[in-house]
Amino acid sequence: MKALTALFGRDAKLAVRAGGGAPVAVLFFLIVVTITPFALGPDLALLQRIGPAILWIGALLASLLALDRLLAADLDDGSLDLLTMSDTPLELALAAKALAHWLTTGLPLVIATPLLALFLNLDLVASAAVAATLLVGTPALTFLGLAGAALTVTLRRGGLLLSVLVLPLTIPVLIFGVAASNAAIVGPLPFGTPFMILCALSLTGLVIGPVAAALALRSGHD
Amino acid sequence: MARAEPALRLTATDLACERGGRMIFSALCFSVSSGEALVVTGRNGAGKSSLLRMVAGFLAVAAGRLDLAGGDPERSIGEQAHYLGHQDALKPALTVAENLDFWTAWLGGTGDIRAALAAVGLGSLDNLPAGYLSAGQRRRLSLARLVAIARPLWLLDEPTSALDTAAQNALRTLMHDHLARGGIILTATHMPLGLEGARSLEMGVRP
Repeated sequence: MKALTALFGRDAKLAVRAGGGAPVAVLFFLIVVTITPFALGPDLALLQRIGPAILWIGALLASLLALDRLLAADLDDGSLDLLTMSDTPLELALAAKALAHWLTTGLPLVIATPLLALFLNLDLVASAAVAATLLVGTPALTFLGLAGAALTVTLRRGGLLLSVLVLPLTIPVLIFGVAASNAAIVGPLPFGTPFMILCALSLTGLVIGPVAAALALRSGHD
Repeated sequence: MARAEPALRLTATDLACERGGRMIFSALCFSVSSGEALVVTGRNGAGKSSLLRMVAGFLAVAAGRLDLAGGDPERSIGEQAHYLGHQDALKPALTVAENLDFWTAWLGGTGDIRAALAAVGLGSLDNLPAGYLSAGQRRRLSLARLVAIARPLWLLDEPTSALDTAAQNALRTLMHDHLARGGIILTATHMPLGLEGARSLEMGVRP
């Protein structure tokens, strides 16, 4: 447990220090959401209708963008080798890394959502609904991305391939995320059902992601 | 060392290594016991680094066997070994002490960080971000890991590279102490290390 706390603390510290990747995702999110009203024009009703979808697409793309440094930095400096030399299982190590990654890149997206929702003419209830769906949905993106990152870590410029690999797996998260947000705003479906499925997707990712990533790293090392 | 280590014996039997479809070495046999050092030499590309990485568990064993007799049966060879490779596994954004602290916690060490840093001559730099260290100082910080965490098997790949004369002497002292405690050293090098009683294994020579 002490080892896992140390790894979690190290990754969180690295992400927020100079040269860490923490601000990249939230800045990209800001860019996507800010340019949308300029592109669509001043149709407030339209913005309000597609607002949750824009926020979810922005958050999804921002999460994918941040994924490629999740394991690549540790491979480049040899840390990944030493991480396998502990008696702590690799699966738990990867889970701790993904958790630290989500805390420093996924959670800022959730926190920025109420502010960015103003740009899209969403009211208080709507922005709270989108923030809640992002809070339970973005961990699924990180943990699915972890498996993709492990598969592509040894490839030079594997970042784009990583996005292409992970994107199909994230489609259900996107669908249920936007569905839950819209259910809270316009109805008539209940908010609970898609929201619970979203929670289930995150919990499934939490279990499958680290195991798949450890398998990929073990079979791929050369 | 806190507990008395039983005698260890690392044995390789008909070991083979294959990378990218090419056989790097095959039918390699050696055996090293507690208190012994084995210096692996050979031309570039003979497979010295691959051998160390294989013992550490980073490369799959293509054929043959690797055994560590007398070790902890619950743990793999890699979990009882230190690996010092070409890469330093240091994070430039963390300070010297934070880097060593992390590896000590992760690799299950109980050693004193300050004493380990002092042993490699970095005692006064513990609050400096590792990004500002020179190549030799980074190497010394990697060596501090071997001091802070007690593990019986040391796998050292070109341990003297980038080290100055004083640090090379300090490394020799560390290696002698490790052998005196009953440890095993497996090292690949082109430079004479000045280890008394070390046996040597020349790779890349076809019988």
